[in-house]
Amino acid sequence: MSGLCGKSKEAEIKRINKELANIRSKFKGDKALDGYSKKKYVCKLLFIFLLGHDIDFGHMEAVNLLSSNRYTEKQIGYLFISVLVNSNSELIRLINNAIKNDLASRNPTFMGLALHCIANVGSREMAEAFAGEIPKILVAGDTMDSVKQSAALCLLRLYRASPDLVPMGDWTSRVVHLLNDQHLGVVTAATSLITTLAQKNPEEFKTSVSLAVSRLSRIVTSASTDLQDYTYYFVPAPWLSVKLLRLLQCYPPPEDPAVRGRLTECLETILNKAQEPPKSKKVQHSNAKNAVLFEAISLIIHHDSEPNLLVRACNQLGQFLQHRETNLRYLALESMCTLASSEFSHEAVKTHIDTVINALKTERDVSVRQRAVDLLYAMCDRSNAQQIVAEMLSYLETADYSIREEIVLKVAILAEKYAVDYTWYVDTILNLIRIAGDYVSEEVWYRVIQIVINRDDVQGYAAKTVFEALQAPACHENLVKVGGYILGEFGNLIAGDPRSSPLIQFDLLHSKFHLCSVPTRALLLSTYIKFVNLFPEVKTTIQDVLRSDSQLKNADVELQQRAVEYLRLSSVASTDILATVLEEMPPFPERESSILAKLKKKKGPSTVTDLEEAKRERSVDVNGAPEPAPASASAASTPSPSADLLGLGAAPPAPTGPPPSAGGLLVDVFSDSASAVAPLAPGSEDNFARFVCKNNGVLFENQLLQIGLKSEFRQNLGRMFIFYGNKTSTQFLNFTPTLICADDLQANLNLQTKPVDPTVDGGAQVQQVVNIECVSDFTEAPVLNIQFRYGGTFQNVSVKLPITLNKFFQPTEMASQDFFQRWKQLSNPQQEVQSIFKAKHPMDTEITKAKLLLGRSSDLGQHSLKKLILTLQTLWALASSTPKPPRLDACCVWSRICKLRCTGSRCAQARTLFPRGYVTYCRSSFNPMQAVGLCVLFPCVSATLGDHTAHSTMEHLSTCTSSLGPGRGWDTKGLLTGTTAGLPVQGGPGSMKSRQPVVQSTN
Amino acid sequence: MQFMLLFSRRGKLRLQKWYVPLSDKEKKKITRELVQTVLARKPKMCSFLEWRDLKIVYRRYASLYFCCAIEDQDNELITLEIIHRYVELLDKCFGSVCELDIFNFEKAYFILDEFLLGGEVQETSKKNVLKAIEQADLLQEEAETPRSVLEEIGLT
Repeated sequence: MSGLCGKSKEAEIKRINKELANIRSKFKGDKALDGYSKKKYVCKLLFIFLLGHDIDFGHMEAVNLLSSNRYTEKQIGYLFISVLVNSNSELIRLINNAIKNDLASRNPTFMGLALHCIANVGSREMAEAFAGEIPKILVAGDTMDSVKQSAALCLLRLYRASPDLVPMGDWTSRVVHLLNDQHLGVVTAATSLITTLAQKNPEEFKTSVSLAVSRLSRIVTSASTDLQDYTYYFVPAPWLSVKLLRLLQCYPPPEDPAVRGRLTECLETILNKAQEPPKSKKVQHSNAKNAVLFEAISLIIHHDSEPNLLVRACNQLGQFLQHRETNLRYLALESMCTLASSEFSHEAVKTHIDTVINALKTERDVSVRQRAVDLLYAMCDRSNAQQIVAEMLSYLETADYSIREEIVLKVAILAEKYAVDYTWYVDTILNLIRIAGDYVSEEVWYRVIQIVINRDDVQGYAAKTVFEALQAPACHENLVKVGGYILGEFGNLIAGDPRSSPLIQFDLLHSKFHLCSVPTRALLLSTYIKFVNLFPEVKTTIQDVLRSDSQLKNADVELQQRAVEYLRLSSVASTDILATVLEEMPPFPERESSILAKLKKKKGPSTVTDLEEAKRERSVDVNGAPEPAPASASAASTPSPSADLLGLGAAPPAPTGPPPSAGGLLVDVFSDSASAVAPLAPGSEDNFARFVCKNNGVLFENQLLQIGLKSEFRQNLGRMFIFYGNKTSTQFLNFTPTLICADDLQANLNLQTKPVDPTVDGGAQVQQVVNIECVSDFTEAPVLNIQFRYGGTFQNVSVKLPITLNKFFQPTEMASQDFFQRWKQLSNPQQEVQSIFKAKHPMDTEITKAKLLLGRSSDLGQHSLKKLILTLQTLWALASSTPKPPRLDACCVWSRICKLRCTGSRCAQARTLFPRGYVTYCRSSFNPMQAVGLCVLFPCVSATLGDHTAHSTMEHLSTCTSSLGPGRGWDTKGLLTGTTAGLPVQGGPGSMKSRQPVVQSTN
Repeated sequence: MQFMLLFSRRGKLRLQKWYVPLSDKEKKKITRELVQTVLARKPKMCSFLEWRDLKIVYRRYASLYFCCAIEDQDNELITLEIIHRYVELLDKCFGSVCELDIFNFEKAYFILDEFLLGGEVQETSKKNVLKAIEQADLLQEEAETPRSVLEEIGLT
């Protein structure tokens, strides 16, 4: 190789290409190669592959080698196949045949090679062929020990890859007894197999516990020479000991007192040995010994039942915290993290706080420092929170970028959880933003706002602190957001001080305005309108700002719209209305911290939950009220999460709503339901609804297949790209997607597509293009049926393809005069139709509200909703009692107000309220014109609709408009849109016309 | 264990063993990423690191890095000693591990298969593993002169 290193890369490639050409010609040559040459060339190919070059021939020659009687030829053949043949290969039948012969040969060396090959490839085809045979070899009395070992691990590999193909049976009890085998190699291999099987079938392998304990006991009490070659650097059978301790972690502490006593003795012996002087100075000795010790500690923590052992374990780890070996310090920190969650050892862990803080400051290796952060987080409680948070904050200043976000989340959680004094909490979070603003995610700043709003004792302090923080010449945008929100709500609390008078507050915020991104500017605009309400003296200043061209004619639609509407609101609305609409935010409902959810998502649920479970018991909630135990995570799994959001008492569980899954608080309204795994029709129906208002995304997903969509529509034409992803490692065969249109749909909708390749490789994705032409209006959607063969079984999946009428909507410009002209033309009594139909979803207002909540928008969004609903209820009562055209006005008012109080994406959630309420309204006093009115408004809200709402709205609209009769139905170019300009509520037509046509935002 | 990689200080891959099904593309990506990560670490750093949802255990012998990926609940220290035992076995068969890059590479795979199978330790006794290898050596045909492929390709 030294020669190779000396040469350049090009020389190597040249040399290899020459060799490949040579080998290819030998394989293709007329002269049949003898076994030796064949072996030689296959071996060369393999070597070239391992050097990192691609090899695309030689497989057949390798398979030929398998049937050779010469050991070395067979061996190279198997090696080539283990390394180079993937499970899809067509050669698999030939390979399986050769393996079958070798397994039956009763030659232990050949059997070994065959078993190694199965274990190395481990494909489904091999499992199908051999999963029945291998258990027999494993438990047969006359099988050689070395073959038994291979058979055990071979079976393990197959079980991991295809558990369904390895049937449990009589052999299982005999496998358990291999724990008693005389040959320690057999026991070692069997223990791995049993551990994996026991994890899935604990009942079936229960008897392994007592056998494992007695085996372990014999090992730990043996003298270091007893086990001969299984002793490793004076440690008796370390690998087997570790495996046995792992096996025991599949079960609770043994019930039989004798077994339990014996196990406790073992664990004590292991702990005692750690205190004995080492038998060798070699690192191998200490590593092997400590490997067993750490595994024993894992078992002690897993059982979590012997306080004595837990405390001893903790003391032992404490010693390691200061060990000179970095590896041991690392592992001690890691292991102590889990100990901290046990009630028995939490206090003992806490005594090491100074050492851990020191580790955070002095460790040179970032991975060790990260463990120290984890441990500080785990050992934190009320007594040491301030110290730990301070240390973490100071570490954050120099922390590696890769772990900053996680530290920010941890600090935020600890500060909240253990805050006694909320001024400390506010200071901490503002410090966080100052030190690591870029790493402060939305969840964190939402949370500080929630807490400030919920605790009136801290509001004045918060306002003062953010005001001071904003004075810094360069402050992070996140600080501007928090500052903007808090001053908008509580700026009045500090306005008495001439140094923070309303005008100074406004100027301070506005000085940051131009440096901020659109969402922040949108938030600031909302703060300004709140200022108008709070401080009448700055009203004209703010109106001037809103009126300036940079706001009113802003290129960003959201900003422009806010400016227009706020300006109107500030000039039109009376003080009372302004005060109602812009009233102070009511307290947030207390739920699982959104930050915690985020941390869980980052770390994976399992690791965090345990810690949190334990943590919760020691914590009190933010609102200061006694916390009902399941208030956070577990509450999310009941059907009415935070049902009291509206202050209406417990809402009945929504019958049609799917149970929301825990976590993921920040998903859009209603989107939870769709992300659930959908076996067939029911799930895909939900997904379908989501696509009413969007064009791209995942339509369907199960364990095998994922279907993604990308589509675009223009006028009456559309094109849809369907992506079929094979999620498995196995080929799909006879893959045939078919588009099915019902008879009446066929006339209205033209679909054209080409067939796709019938095989889809494992992990591969194929694409299908569908060209769509909408000929006339339609209600049903086409169905996409997919059939394929996967691993010998036939699969059949049907999903509705989301091609809906609204995809073909077109914007149209209409002056208000025209609109009302047409509106008035529709006033004849016969043009009003009432139809009563059964609603698909119950119409109970309580349930409707509960359903809204089910969507579980973010805390902030929901919070805004709550207030909105209160405001809207009043407005609605007003609107319902007025004659028809004003009702439409009321709708408009409503839609405007929906947008008013929410920032950025939250706005989207509020908007969903509007059509829902309107549909409900239309259903109760039905009028097709109102349906048309809704069509008019629909596109402008549809951009951000939740799936449920959009779906029911569409469904309802179809029903409504069909009753209008020919010519009056909503043709695709009819009354829709543009008419925002015609709505008489607010905003001059001129300012509106400059906007994008609203329909285009439906993507 | 999910996989084991051996690579040189220059980042050249010497041996790869995968115990989970992955596509070639994925394997290459993982290898590239890990070789880079491990080579960037300083000598006194600890032998373990978190990587994706796996734990990486690595150790350097002369100019060769041995790198194993294990799962969350697996034991790091015992994995270090798996590496060491493997090095001992290679040493026994090839003399010094420093010359690992010029041995019969196929033999390194055979030894590994005897020691580790399906990602689990199969036989920890050095004597038993070597016995299996010797037996295989005995089965080699007399006529065959054991030549390294490397020599034949002319790369040594």
